[in-house]
Amino acid sequence: MRVVIAEDLALLRDGLTRLLTAHGFEVVAAVERGDELVDALLTHRPEVAVIDVRLPPTFTNEGLWAALEVRRQVPGLPVLILSQYVEALYARELLADAAGGVGYLLKDRVGDIAQFVDAVRRVAAGGTAMDPEVIAALLARPQRAARLAGLTPREREVLALMAEGRSNGAIAARLVITEKSVDKHISHILDKLGLAPSSTDHRRVLAVLAYLNS
Amino acid sequence: MRQQWTWTRYLFLGGVSGLGAWVGLLLYLFSLGSAPIFAAGVPLLLFVAVPALHGLANVERARAGHLLGTPIPRPYGPARRGLLTRYADMLSDPANWRDVAWLCAHTVYGPAAALLSAALWSSAAFGITMPLWWAVIPDHLAGSVFYGISVDHLSGALLAIPAGVAIGIVAWLVTRPLALGEAHLARWLLRPTTKARLARRVEDLTASRAETVDARAAELRRIERDLHDGAQARLVSLAMSLGLAEEALQTDPQAAARLLAEARGSAGSALTELRDLVRGIHPPVLADRGLAGALEALAMQSTVDVEADLAPLGRLPAPVESALYFTAAEALANVAKHSEATHATLRLHRSGGSVHLEVADDGTGGADIDRGSGLAGIAGRIGAFDGRMTLTSPAGGPTVLHVELPCES
Repeated sequence: MRVVIAEDLALLRDGLTRLLTAHGFEVVAAVERGDELVDALLTHRPEVAVIDVRLPPTFTNEGLWAALEVRRQVPGLPVLILSQYVEALYARELLADAAGGVGYLLKDRVGDIAQFVDAVRRVAAGGTAMDPEVIAALLARPQRAARLAGLTPREREVLALMAEGRSNGAIAARLVITEKSVDKHISHILDKLGLAPSSTDHRRVLAVLAYLNS
Repeated sequence: MRQQWTWTRYLFLGGVSGLGAWVGLLLYLFSLGSAPIFAAGVPLLLFVAVPALHGLANVERARAGHLLGTPIPRPYGPARRGLLTRYADMLSDPANWRDVAWLCAHTVYGPAAALLSAALWSSAAFGITMPLWWAVIPDHLAGSVFYGISVDHLSGALLAIPAGVAIGIVAWLVTRPLALGEAHLARWLLRPTTKARLARRVEDLTASRAETVDARAAELRRIERDLHDGAQARLVSLAMSLGLAEEALQTDPQAAARLLAEARGSAGSALTELRDLVRGIHPPVLADRGLAGALEALAMQSTVDVEADLAPLGRLPAPVESALYFTAAEALANVAKHSEATHATLRLHRSGGSVHLEVADDGTGGADIDRGSGLAGIAGRIGAFDGRMTLTSPAGGPTVLHVELPCES
């Protein structure tokens, strides 16, 4: 799978390259500046891009702007944004185009290599990978909290994992329940929130995130 | 019409306080003169005459300030301890002598202006109602002359009406300059001199600078302690786990795997602690998006429903952005913790060379700057920028925190 990496710190850039190569990805470009990133993405058209949010020259949210810009030109180009901190505000901006193929994770998550590689694959396949911290922030918002009060604790757990972008199988494994009961929980949740069941997992996740973000 | 009444009332009350000024002036001069001679003169001066002087002057400051629409600040320095010290302070403080100068002027101007105004208005009223008087008490008017008009017959009494109107017009025209003259005189003599204002400013700045320096030092100590107890300790434990894992790798691979998992946990905790620390020093979203963006993110994070109304101000100086951001963060945290509010509003706008930030909630109120170190911290932070913070929080709510920072656009 072809991937472009954007990370300004050489130590982390090499680490990411090594990690992804070891898991069967082909790193076609590893850039260190935000202004090079847009070009690199448009030239290489990778299957997924792993981008640090803070890049030179401004060292602010250059990486996020570049990702949004490229997705304006190439809708749905999968991007996974890594950051030392997460803001629900940025997650909303990333999800605004509802095209899917979006990830937003804390850099810490790279430490759990299996999970991280899974997230990259999920994003590349058009899925979603939202950091649990983002989801927690969205669930805690008062307008939501009132309407989510009708969910059972287990349903809230399922909702959080679903919003992170995990598949039914992953949710079942995580909560140590059967996939069938995950299915049941999800249909209850969608019912209670008044969301239409969707044909694909990705669409469903996007609907849930849009709901949480609204 | 209402303004005429305001000015006239000002003049009349000025007349009353002018009479009080006589008492104050005589008392002051007597005790001032007696102080070097009798021992009792000094306390009489310090505890009776000077407070009376300041009281009269403060009443006039309030009256004139109200009439002119701009408050007149009090020029007195803080009172020091010790009878003789205060005596010396009193003699050397120019504010006292300016008060005395005003008092002298007011003993004359106040009653004179009040009398003139009273005479004009009452003459006008008398002239206009002359036929009535002529009809009711003709005997008393026999041989009377009203401004050159003989009024002991009806035609004369009727002729007094236009004369009364003319006097009324004069009174109407004269009242305003008389009142404003009195108020301007008071302002000129009673406001702090430029030198006194600058001296006061230097004192304020010295105090706020000391506060800022203290706050910075405390902040650095906190960061040092957080690093020492948090991330540094985690990294030490990480290094230990790695070292042990290295040793166990050959002999006990299972233990090595467990130690490695522990090491990863330590690394994760260290990152979490560093992230929290960085947020407290300079929130990354503030660096990325400026004040309006950072406040929007803050509003999104709050556990209370926050309605944000944020004018795009462009980038402000970084310290100003930081002060306003932490003010809003502290205020919203207070709303969430103490107010029991369900709804809050966050407003940011610029007007008249200042940036205004307002946090309001519909909670139970009763917030107090002096209780709770958070608000006092905000006040100190805002004070360092010459800003102003006002908190209104009656019991039962609502609570409104308003912060104003001067900022040239």
